[in-house]
Amino acid sequence: MELMKLVDCFSSLSCLTTQITSALIMAMVLFLLASGLSLIFGVLGVLNFAHGALYMLGAYFTYTLLTLLGNFGVTVILASIGVGVFGVVFERIFIKRIYSSPLLYQLLLCYAFILILDDLVKIVWGYEFKSIGLPAAFRRPPVKLFGSFVPSYYLFIIIVGIVVAIALWLFLSRTKYGKIIRATAHSSEMVSALGINVSLIYAGVFAIGSFLAGLGGVLAGPVRSIYPGMGASIIIESFIVVVVGGLGSISGAFIGAILIGLMRSFGIIGFPLIEESFVFILMAIVLIIRPRGLFGKEEA
Amino acid sequence: MKKTIFWGSIIAVILIIFPFVYYSKFMINYLTQILIMALFAVSLNLLVGYTGMISFGHAAYFGIGAYSVGILLQKYSSNLLGSLFLAVVFSAIAALVIGFFCIRLGRIYFAMLSLAFAQIIYTIVVKWTGMTGGDQGLIGGIPKPPISLLGLSFSIGTPLNFYIFTVILVIASFVICKFIVDSPFGAILKTIRDNFLRTYFIGIPVKIYQLVIFVIAGTFAGLSGALMALFISGAYPDFTYWTKSAEPIFMILVGGMGSLLGPILGAAILNLLTAYITMYTHLYELVMGTVLVIFILSLKKGLADYLLESERFKRWSSSLAKKKPSRIGLATE
Repeated sequence: MELMKLVDCFSSLSCLTTQITSALIMAMVLFLLASGLSLIFGVLGVLNFAHGALYMLGAYFTYTLLTLLGNFGVTVILASIGVGVFGVVFERIFIKRIYSSPLLYQLLLCYAFILILDDLVKIVWGYEFKSIGLPAAFRRPPVKLFGSFVPSYYLFIIIVGIVVAIALWLFLSRTKYGKIIRATAHSSEMVSALGINVSLIYAGVFAIGSFLAGLGGVLAGPVRSIYPGMGASIIIESFIVVVVGGLGSISGAFIGAILIGLMRSFGIIGFPLIEESFVFILMAIVLIIRPRGLFGKEEA
Repeated sequence: MKKTIFWGSIIAVILIIFPFVYYSKFMINYLTQILIMALFAVSLNLLVGYTGMISFGHAAYFGIGAYSVGILLQKYSSNLLGSLFLAVVFSAIAALVIGFFCIRLGRIYFAMLSLAFAQIIYTIVVKWTGMTGGDQGLIGGIPKPPISLLGLSFSIGTPLNFYIFTVILVIASFVICKFIVDSPFGAILKTIRDNFLRTYFIGIPVKIYQLVIFVIAGTFAGLSGALMALFISGAYPDFTYWTKSAEPIFMILVGGMGSLLGPILGAAILNLLTAYITMYTHLYELVMGTVLVIFILSLKKGLADYLLESERFKRWSSSLAKKKPSRIGLATE
């Protein structure tokens, strides 16, 4: 009986540690995507369906840069910035033109870009699954933690995720630019009346969002297989995280991502048959009880 | 109302006569597929275009219709019309239950919750291997026993007969949809779309109207799914996946959401594009994506809306209206 396995796992410290770490690495990657998605939606009002494609680009950039340079640290930075730059160009050329269009047309444009990017990736990198081995710096014996062995790269992902979360929170709540961004989310007309170039803020926010998605792809690259269409499978989960946490809320995205990660990693032990629909059930329950999400402020 | 039935039957007769004038198996199958997908898109447009409810999980009802008719005919019944009817009823019941929860939410959250339910249905379909065939889908073909009605027997086993069967059912559904959107009930739906709060304030039970149209849309989606299952003689988990929910949305967007014609046009365009692109290149997604981008950035609305709202069409239709003054002046303004 699978449920007994779940009970066994809860009573064993090493099993708990293993499941919680795997939940956390899933959560950190999801958080990187969801926070960007949430930020872009909160400020620009665009539901960026193509966010998953940016994640995919991040992973492919990592693959190429790592074979060219061989240095993982430089690769992480260059690949994420590359995706950020790509995002800005995408925003300036295309997304900019549809801010005033209905929500559905924004979705359609983003979907068109998922199709285009998936095929471009196939042309450039080929159809096959690619895999990046663990970077050299992390090829060492796993760390022993509460009786279970955790690969050092997993700890790296978790630490980066938490650092990014804190940095993002500090940036938005403590700095001048963060204040401008939050003000733009509240009322872009008022901000532009104060003499601030809102269009530039939009580009900046899109850049940050794309950078975060790219970073997600970069970090996930070495532990997941890379293939065209990998973005489409993660975008739905990121949406769920955003909706569960509350649209436009960064802390909501963080909590939402951890919740989803825990559900998946424990769900697969206790309820392997319906594990995939677990996250959807969670979302349904949250939306029925609290329609604006756990940390959402107002109804969209 | 009589006018709608009149035009509906004219179109149906033309479509039925067409293969007798020019017969090609490719063409027949192609038209059948367009009709089925057009019904799927039109059913979703009752929500998206007329009521302003963006459902992102419409494939759930399409899939339930498809699987129900397949399973019923494979295992339990040899009555085709009865199975078809039951399949549509199952879709309607599912829409009633899911809709009950979804209509409580605002726009984006409504879209996400409808998606969540559709994905739950998808998981059930994949995991319930004994009933649905799991990943493989319902394989081995769906038997199509002849229909006997009023002492007459009609088999839908051949492509031509199935085409005629589809034309009759789909055009009849379009006529019903036209009734719905032109009725006082339909007028209230448009009011809800244009201003939810004001509709509520004048004493209309908005949620009940939304639930009713959600069930109607689910019912027609179920019919189109059931027809699709019979057409390709199988049902696959893809039928309930979110990409299937996205298909009719694109048809609506490409064709236009302001009329019944829009989604039908969209279904025809997208099916044609798919057929031609795959004929010439394997880079289907790249070409399709580029076409969509050009389309969105240039027209900024669906093709039918673009045509119907153009100045020339308005002049033409107003000159018609002058010749034959409408009895209800307000409705045409």
